[in-house]
Amino acid sequence: MVSILKAFLLGGCICVIGQLLVDLTKITPARIMVIFVVTGVVLGLFNLYQPLIDWGGAGATVPLTGFGNTLAKGVIKEVDESGLLGVFIGGVKAGAAGITAAITFGYIMAIISKPKIKS
Amino acid sequence: MKKKITKHEYQAMVEEKAPGSHILKDLLFAFITGGVICSVGQIVMLIFEGFGADMQTRASATSIVMIFLGAFLTGINVYDDIAKFGGAGASIPITGFSNSIVSPAMEYKKEGYVMGVGAKMFLIAGPVLVYGIFSSVVAGLVYFIWKQVM
Repeated sequence: MVSILKAFLLGGCICVIGQLLVDLTKITPARIMVIFVVTGVVLGLFNLYQPLIDWGGAGATVPLTGFGNTLAKGVIKEVDESGLLGVFIGGVKAGAAGITAAITFGYIMAIISKPKIKS
Repeated sequence: MKKKITKHEYQAMVEEKAPGSHILKDLLFAFITGGVICSVGQIVMLIFEGFGADMQTRASATSIVMIFLGAFLTGINVYDDIAKFGGAGASIPITGFSNSIVSPAMEYKKEGYVMGVGAKMFLIAGPVLVYGIFSSVVAGLVYFIWKQVM
């Protein structure tokens, strides 16, 4: 139960930062998403994101910063294992589950569902 | 004349007050929406923990489930309402990434399955993947060089 509350608090706070950026700078949600993923990569590179995951669990892994962190962690692990080649393998390898799931479910849902008629 | 000035002043007062309360409301809704989505993620993660999955498997499996939920809720036209309410609270979680794929793909289905669905899926997800993967390569290079130097 405590872990769910922590996830709620941390996830909520991360989204509030995003909403602040939207309201104060008027940048589009797409740019916010890009900024969050890249921020996650940078934090992951310097191992600064792991403490958030340790504290807030899904509150840190579900936001897009968590996806960025996964990419960074993956590339670090792969560079450790296979050197320079790992630079080109690690990110996508670690993000593979998410990317493939998004394409697969996204494609299926887009095919079988109809957009709402705009009133 | 006096009335006009009052009206004008009132207008200025409204403009001064409105953005503040509007932002606070936005922030609160984003907090609640993002919080609830992450709580669902945590519950899913706890379920996988019950199955005895290790940390890495748990995180990946949770992402897959959340992505499915985002795609499903978009398909049944519910996620757009959540996004209207929660703003960034709906777009920043991975469910929002999923929404950004299904939403334009549905919209552009009439343009065909290749250039409509296939291409428009990545209208927003494309940039996210481009910058995410490119920055992971940069991060990998930085780490590689740092390892050689140290």
